[in-house]
Amino acid sequence: MSEAKALTKLGMPKWGLSMTEGTVVQWLVEEGAELNNGDEVVEVESEKINNAVETPAPGVLRRRVAKEGDVLPVGALLGVIADASVPDEEIDAYVEEFQANFVPEEEEAGGPEPQTVEVGGKRIQYLKVGEGEGTPLLLLHGFGGDTNIWIFNQEALAEGGRTVYAVDLPGHGGSTKDVGEGDLASLVGTVAGFMDEMGIEKAHLFGHSMGGAVAASFAIRHPERVQSLSLIASAGLGEEINGEYIEGFIAANRRKEMKNVLGLLFANPDLVNRQLVNDVIRFKRLDGVDEALRKIADNLFPSGRQADVPDLAGVEVPMLVVWGREDKIVPVSHSENAPANARVEVLDETGHMPQMEAAGQTNRLIGEFLDSQEG
Amino acid sequence: MSRKSYMQAINEALAQEMERDPTVVVFGEDNVGGTGSPGEIDAWGGVMGVTKGLYGKFPNQILDTPISESAFIGAAAGAACSGLRPVAELMFVDFMGVCFDQIFNQAAKFRYMFGGKARTPMVIRTMYGAGIRAASQHSQALYPIFTHIPGLKVVIPSNPYDAKGLLIASIRDDDPVIFFENKVLYAIEGEVPDEPYTIPLGEAEIVREGEDVTIVAIGRMVSMAEQAAASLADDGIEVEIVDPRTLSPLDEDTIYESVENTGRLVVVDEAYPRCSMASDISALVAQNCFEHLKAAPKMVTAPHTPPPFSGSLEDLYVPDPEKVANAVRETVGQGVAS
Repeated sequence: MSEAKALTKLGMPKWGLSMTEGTVVQWLVEEGAELNNGDEVVEVESEKINNAVETPAPGVLRRRVAKEGDVLPVGALLGVIADASVPDEEIDAYVEEFQANFVPEEEEAGGPEPQTVEVGGKRIQYLKVGEGEGTPLLLLHGFGGDTNIWIFNQEALAEGGRTVYAVDLPGHGGSTKDVGEGDLASLVGTVAGFMDEMGIEKAHLFGHSMGGAVAASFAIRHPERVQSLSLIASAGLGEEINGEYIEGFIAANRRKEMKNVLGLLFANPDLVNRQLVNDVIRFKRLDGVDEALRKIADNLFPSGRQADVPDLAGVEVPMLVVWGREDKIVPVSHSENAPANARVEVLDETGHMPQMEAAGQTNRLIGEFLDSQEG
Repeated sequence: MSRKSYMQAINEALAQEMERDPTVVVFGEDNVGGTGSPGEIDAWGGVMGVTKGLYGKFPNQILDTPISESAFIGAAAGAACSGLRPVAELMFVDFMGVCFDQIFNQAAKFRYMFGGKARTPMVIRTMYGAGIRAASQHSQALYPIFTHIPGLKVVIPSNPYDAKGLLIASIRDDDPVIFFENKVLYAIEGEVPDEPYTIPLGEAEIVREGEDVTIVAIGRMVSMAEQAAASLADDGIEVEIVDPRTLSPLDEDTIYESVENTGRLVVVDEAYPRCSMASDISALVAQNCFEHLKAAPKMVTAPHTPPPFSGSLEDLYVPDPEKVANAVRETVGQGVAS
């Protein structure tokens, strides 16, 4: 911000396609607090998950407009950030004008919708966000996940003119439940087929957990199609994995069991709310999901170990490795196994889902990583 | 994933199961509603149109029956024993009396009397409930009668998502299932996955979590309980709502666990009060959770009288959110709101 006296709106964020409103859970800072980039200001609960809203700009939190407990539409005014020198009257006038003119976005107003494409005769569902000329980003979720794990990232990464695809791997989300061989090679084949169908020559690949093993394996087989590789709490960098999580996820069919299993994903298990558990249970009830997960787990994680650890030593693309220090699924020590050229970032107070639990930090790290390649 | 009505969810479940398994056959009065005519165009699709459009897609798996419940329900039981998976539609549960023998004495007994060697994978879909001015013979909530009979499973979805998953599970089940559809719910919409899925029979859903009072609500009464819970929350009373979804088998554990936590029970049941789900669940809780109870269980039901034809009386007849809220207030010692 070059204009020191600018007012910055702190708005109700939109986390994922289905979010139309959020509940203000708790203010994390007082009025008058000095805010730096990345500082968390207010905790918001969407139907899916709780998260903290970070300040969009440095400055002083001049007004807390929303009250704790308020349920507000996406885009509504939560607070105002400005330099300490801006007079109070100006802030009041801004709030008054905003509230008088604010119209919540219509529900289902033209946001991106999941689409499907046939890859090798099988349905693959994906979500495309953003439009850009440059190399697109391709996000691959982990075991049992789907495009929703990127709920806090996909739009942020698309800002500034990037095209970001998130894909449901076979057996997951809205994609076919026929996983074929259900091994790493077949998952890699699906990713290559998807890129072919979408006309993507080359991509920045992002993989979370099992999706990281897929991305790494893809980079070994098709280095010419990978612009950069980002591995988040990734499988494929060592043999250990929490077999109890994998088996627990496959076995759990009731809410209470699933809540406990999903709690392992986060440093703070309270982040797992009803809707998240419900969504996972609904996914698991779909025909073919049990068999699909079983097959993938038997291939990739037999007897609670990772079977197929790809050798990344020869892969020369720019590489980013992000891990949560409190990861209970894939140990953070695996971050040390990343190749020497990789940039490695370990986040405190974060579990297996840095892209959700430390979304702002992860988005910033990825943004810097991408900028450094472009610059 | 897309929004579908309760009726569409049921139609989709039938279509996907007929597609998956050619032994799944659908029949009943007017299920086609145009057999012999140029197919879909004239097909009525049952009294409310739930099976509309299926005849065009599955002409060999759906048929109309004579208006003879004992004949076609008996045919369903026989077909189920000999390798098909029939889904028979018996318009209104009020008419079930004419084929009690086929249900109670035949279908429900085959597995038991043939030493476990017979399977009877049949579903009877039927409508229940008051609220559409259809008078005493088309408005009853007779699921307790079927819950009373060993050998039958009784399923009663309260929303579109459950309707599809429970119907598919019922069709794949190897025992006779009576599947209750509330006619007032047909138009309500919810998120329903496009893919087939199953919800296990005998697994209750906790629709809302709360610490103060447990409400067990059946079928359409779940929405009454939800409305009551919203207004009670404004007064600081946090209600937990349990939707059993399946009355037989009944997920007693989930009910007990909730009552052990809250210490209070209100059962909301659209049936007559005597020998109802309300009296049954109240008795079970009294026997099994007595030491946890802080107040006597309360029942909110229809009165012990036939559903009236008069609109204003019918509106008073069905339990509503206010009656539910009042019962909850009584269990927490706040008395009836004036």
